[in-house]
Amino acid sequence: MIGPKHSTFKRILPQLLILAAALAINLVVFPDFFDIDFRNGRLFGNLIDVLNRAAPVAILCVGMTLVIATRGIDLSVGAVMAIAGATSAAVVVEGHGWVTALLAGLGAGALCGLWNGILVAVLKIQPIVATLVLMVAGRGVAQLITEGKILTFSNEGLIHLGAGVVAGVPTPILIWMALGALVIFVVRRTALGMLIEAIGINERSSRLAGINSRVLLVCVYLVSGLCAALAGVIVAADIKGADANNAGLWLELDAILAVVIGGNSLLGGRFSILASLIGALIIQSVNSVILLSGMPPEFNLVIKALLILAILVIQSPRISYLMYMLRASGPQPQPDTAPLPKTQKEEAQ
Amino acid sequence: MTHDTGPVLHAKGISKFFPGTIALDEVDLRLEPGEVHALLGENGAGKSTLIKCLTGAYQRDNGTIHLNEQEVSPQSTADSQRMGIGTVYQEVNLLPNLTVAENLYLGRQPMRWGLMARRRMNAMARESLAGYGLDIDPAEPLTAYSVAIQQVVAIARAVEMSGKVLILDEPTASLDRDEVQLLFSVIRQLRDRGLAVVFITHFLDQVFEISDRATILRNGRVVGTRVLADVSQKDVVTLMLGRQLEAQVHERKPAKAGETLIEVENLGKRGMLDPLSLALREGEVVGLAGLLGSGRTETANLIFGAVPADQGRILLRGKEIAVSTPREAVKHRFALCPEDRKTEGIVGDLSVRDNIILARQASQGWMRPIPRAEVNEIAERYVKALDIRLASLDMPIRLLSGGNQQKALLARWLATNPDFLILDEPTRGIDVGAHAEIIALIEQLRSDGMALLVASSELEELVAYSTRVIVLRDRKQVRELSGAEITPENIVHAIAEHDTPTEEVAR
Repeated sequence: MIGPKHSTFKRILPQLLILAAALAINLVVFPDFFDIDFRNGRLFGNLIDVLNRAAPVAILCVGMTLVIATRGIDLSVGAVMAIAGATSAAVVVEGHGWVTALLAGLGAGALCGLWNGILVAVLKIQPIVATLVLMVAGRGVAQLITEGKILTFSNEGLIHLGAGVVAGVPTPILIWMALGALVIFVVRRTALGMLIEAIGINERSSRLAGINSRVLLVCVYLVSGLCAALAGVIVAADIKGADANNAGLWLELDAILAVVIGGNSLLGGRFSILASLIGALIIQSVNSVILLSGMPPEFNLVIKALLILAILVIQSPRISYLMYMLRASGPQPQPDTAPLPKTQKEEAQ
Repeated sequence: MTHDTGPVLHAKGISKFFPGTIALDEVDLRLEPGEVHALLGENGAGKSTLIKCLTGAYQRDNGTIHLNEQEVSPQSTADSQRMGIGTVYQEVNLLPNLTVAENLYLGRQPMRWGLMARRRMNAMARESLAGYGLDIDPAEPLTAYSVAIQQVVAIARAVEMSGKVLILDEPTASLDRDEVQLLFSVIRQLRDRGLAVVFITHFLDQVFEISDRATILRNGRVVGTRVLADVSQKDVVTLMLGRQLEAQVHERKPAKAGETLIEVENLGKRGMLDPLSLALREGEVVGLAGLLGSGRTETANLIFGAVPADQGRILLRGKEIAVSTPREAVKHRFALCPEDRKTEGIVGDLSVRDNIILARQASQGWMRPIPRAEVNEIAERYVKALDIRLASLDMPIRLLSGGNQQKALLARWLATNPDFLILDEPTRGIDVGAHAEIIALIEQLRSDGMALLVASSELEELVAYSTRVIVLRDRKQVRELSGAEITPENIVHAIAEHDTPTEEVAR
């Protein structure tokens, strides 16, 4: 059992190093970054903020990792967040309890996931196109649910999901960690992970080996829809209202980015949800640097882009190959080349 | 006048080396004006490599090419086209979203004041195609027409641009009978115009119908050039397969009188395989023989449900079963090792261990994972039993050699304890050692009571392990050989034999 654990560590090592670097930059721009206080029954601190604000992308990237592992992509998650948030808000405004509202939101997400899954697995539409449909239409659906306005609510139970505290820890942190752990457990302790990877690597071979790739694909999009719904409910709860226009806006791209920073190939196959989660934390740490450094907000997007470009360049195959070659050939040139200039110099003298 | 009698194209001593193999070894090819010249050989014999050397797609390592007695050395396919060698491939290499006329004149459109003279181009195209007996609207997009017409458009383009030699690489592979006739009438017309046409196909009937001479390749060498009027199909097949066909009595241990396991009744699919029937008993190996494209792989795929059949039925132990997906086939304890290991067999980036366990895990469902200890036990057992050479069970299967990949795929299916194992070209592209081991394994599985259906192009191999052999030809079942009848000579005879009476087909 040492083997697999060791290889998991090896797998996420690059992401851990990048996260450490991102946190270190935070420390440079804001020396009190690692300080954590316990006040009014809640943990406070920049680190807690990073963990808390990472929640939506972290939850999205769990489902997104599975979708990408099957060689697919889910562009609709941002819109699904808006739909689920709007659904929950509408249910709670109607006077139902928060549990009903949460379930309704998740149900809406499941329906969206099912829709995507059927388009991709049954109708064989390319995932990027299939999920684009809902990405565009989803916000419209959400607006229909909220009737075009921001639906505010004051249900304590629902608000607790996004802004509450359990045992001193903000609820979203607990939710995304629990969800991540649960999905990792289910995927790796059953055969699901292997079968998903097999489909992503070679669907034809997998089908011939008797894997029910169609059902698995639908399930994967379903999970992604559920994750998006959970994220949507949390975001709505956090602001105590459902904003059909802005909830989860562009978050699908952050989720994809988290998966990519997590070292998962967009061509499908082997995946690591843990690495994607660290990727989500890296993105939030970068956001934090920009906020804490006190730079004018106009710079934010450009700086974020530059930092992410740097991360991706470091991970690119060409650079890893160069690093590998440097390490492999590092000691060798010395005995070969070092004497050479000397003799030339001697001859010159 | 000497010019007319000399060859249009004369390739002498063409050699081409690839790392580790000699793809072409001193190949000569002589094309006379006004002849249709077939190029024959099994897969890997060097046909495509030769074509690519002639058209400049590959640079030959040795030899000379004379075109109308002038030495040429095409550096690219565009180069060879300019010199007069045009090629049309099986997959029509035209642009489907452009019109017929645009395809014909792409890159050399008639211009007027710097703009394309569309009306003139369409008129030219119509006239040109009428010369091939095609009366179609050249302003329509290419996709509006059948593959056969697209082929003719491709030929017209190649002829107009080149006009000395036309190479047709499997042009009839996806055409039906009438379409083939349309294509042949075009070929005959070009032949009468004095072009030299090179015709590559796996359908021997078509070769004899349209070609004047044939050059037969085997393992990168020319084994003969024949005037087809003087030889029989059997002679040609013998040359292609290159077996010494001395009549040897086939000593076969009588198959254990097992129960009838599988009955396939009139299973077929339009355009893919004519209805085929066969029955398999436990402890029996049925071989599927036939040239490439004769329907061996199609038979295997239909029985396994990889491609759903549109007629016929399958009975398992006397009861009709539905097999429309591989998943259903696996449920009934069928197994299929496909011909194309890379795209249909291995899951390249998964470990050898995961690849071996894949089918068994898939049939158990994801909810019931096979415990890790059991996975290791199964994987190690088969690695040992089949002598799979690997550094570690954790290595990705794509890093294994072809023979070891094939054994791992066999392990994948043996781990599901199949009753019925279909092997499609189990020994293709693997080394001699693994080859012998796989044949021994087939024999062992048979004597353990499994029913096997093995498709192979290696006749001697089929003779060695089959209790019966079904011969396919042009996607039809033409003969069934059993017992002492199973000799390479009889198989070749059956492959080459002309139209068999229908009673025999139905058998």
